[in-house]
Amino acid sequence: MRIKLLLFALYRDITGVGEMDIDLADGLSAGGAVAALRSSDVRFAALPARPVVAVNREYAELDALLSEGDELALLPPVAGG
Amino acid sequence: MISFITSDTIDAQALLASVGSAEDGAVLLFLGIVRRENDGRAVNGMRYDAYVEMAEPVLQQIATEAAQIAESDRIAVVHRIGELEIGAVSVAIAVSSAHRAQAYDASRYIIEQIKERLPVWKHEHYIEGDSAWLAGVTPSASPSTSGRND
Repeated sequence: MRIKLLLFALYRDITGVGEMDIDLADGLSAGGAVAALRSSDVRFAALPARPVVAVNREYAELDALLSEGDELALLPPVAGG
Repeated sequence: MISFITSDTIDAQALLASVGSAEDGAVLLFLGIVRRENDGRAVNGMRYDAYVEMAEPVLQQIATEAAQIAESDRIAVVHRIGELEIGAVSVAIAVSSAHRAQAYDASRYIIEQIKERLPVWKHEHYIEGDSAWLAGVTPSASPSTSGRND
């Protein structure tokens, strides 16, 4: 399946990636996608193993299953206000 | 109810004018301001980044929850992003309700929830020339059931 990956703030800085389309094995969870990224691409190795994630613009658990066309965002701790 | 993210200067007077009604005895305006100093370091500016497509619905959800506390839908909340100077307004919250207690509670709820779950990040610029992302709060995956602290 193909999904859209988004990274913000610190995670964008440490990886050099803000947005990219990625191909993943079908049936992978959000956490599985993070693990696959960290092990397959050196740019993502510095990301935490269990970041906060959003799937399709809503906070999600790492065991949330991904589907074709999903938007997966990796979110550093938030600091609004 | 009004809620949005903007890269423009926040017009607090306009926001205040957008709430209020003849039923209301209390109108409250809260402004969050970029400070000159943070954690003992002199700051000369700040950049706010956001996941705008997610932040806008989250902000709307926070305002909807606050409306129950205020017992009023006369709530306006704006968060600014982009480069901000010292003294600039980063967030403005206007609440109008029948009585002051609900207005204070709702306003406080909104700013605390913004800090807890709005996908926004601060990049501080220091006078020495370096800059850093501020350590933030780790949002819960289901904030609507765990975020209330009132």
